[in-house]
Amino acid sequence: MTTLDERPPAHAAPPRQPAWAAAVGLLGELLIIAGAVLGLYVVWQLFYTDIAANSTQQAVVDSLDWVAPITTAADGGGVTVIPDDLKFGPDSAPVMEQPALATTFATMHVPRWGADYVKPVSEGVTRRDVLDTLGIGHYPGTGMPGSLGNFAISAHRTTYGKPFNKIADLQEGDPLIIETEQAWYVYRVTEWKIVKPSQVEVIAPVPDQPGVEPDGHYITLTTCHPMYSAAERWITHGTLEYWAPHEAGVPAELVEDAS
Amino acid sequence: MIFPAVWRALPGPIWVKALLMAVLLGAIVWSLFEFVFPWVSVEFGIQDQNIEQGQAP
Repeated sequence: MTTLDERPPAHAAPPRQPAWAAAVGLLGELLIIAGAVLGLYVVWQLFYTDIAANSTQQAVVDSLDWVAPITTAADGGGVTVIPDDLKFGPDSAPVMEQPALATTFATMHVPRWGADYVKPVSEGVTRRDVLDTLGIGHYPGTGMPGSLGNFAISAHRTTYGKPFNKIADLQEGDPLIIETEQAWYVYRVTEWKIVKPSQVEVIAPVPDQPGVEPDGHYITLTTCHPMYSAAERWITHGTLEYWAPHEAGVPAELVEDAS
Repeated sequence: MIFPAVWRALPGPIWVKALLMAVLLGAIVWSLFEFVFPWVSVEFGIQDQNIEQGQAP
């Protein structure tokens, strides 16, 4: 019988074990640590990236003093809606120079995704510099907002603030509104499809027709498909309906859907 | 083993040890979240929404 007195004191080193038992014990602890790290990775990917990226993106939007404040039904009477005579056709749209990598040059409003949806659009599509932090990225070398050609942008559909989370909700004719310091550009969704990641022709100046001279003012959104996978890409195309000077007011599309 | 060894290595009475352990674990989790996991995610292409381009990951 073991009595209390014969037990080693709690603070003493554990009794000597055979080497194999020590090795098994160590392996067990390493496996426990590996399991905990894998679990933490899932928590980080699914929850923490959203929190971190959303706060970064909100801070970026807040730091741009030209961004129009979000319009709600309550204060909807206070904003000026862009009058029809200040809406101009796509051919006269002002086109800005392509900025340096990771420079935020526009914001995107999509009424279908909520009246308060506003995300920054920045130059570049590398993950570390742009997509994982700043949100929506612009493919370098493709058109800028309003340009004759294809304004092609990319963003995460899940995690990292998921700017394009509800891309599958977009319907034909839905407005995609790009706001820059100078102007508003109102695009309308025309079509969408699912492609392989290698199908770069979707961001050609004329979508799907690489090498052809641009004949219109397109916008292309690319994101992953299916959700939480990198197997395919969801592509949404649109065309420019009109543009307006930024000081002319707020596009009616933004106000109507806000009520 | 690892956990008992860390516990023994920490100085002070039990509540100091517990506090130090919590700080240590917090620091490890923070560095995983801020540095290790972002690097792993990009380096192994776990999520990628771009169509392929020269400079895209």
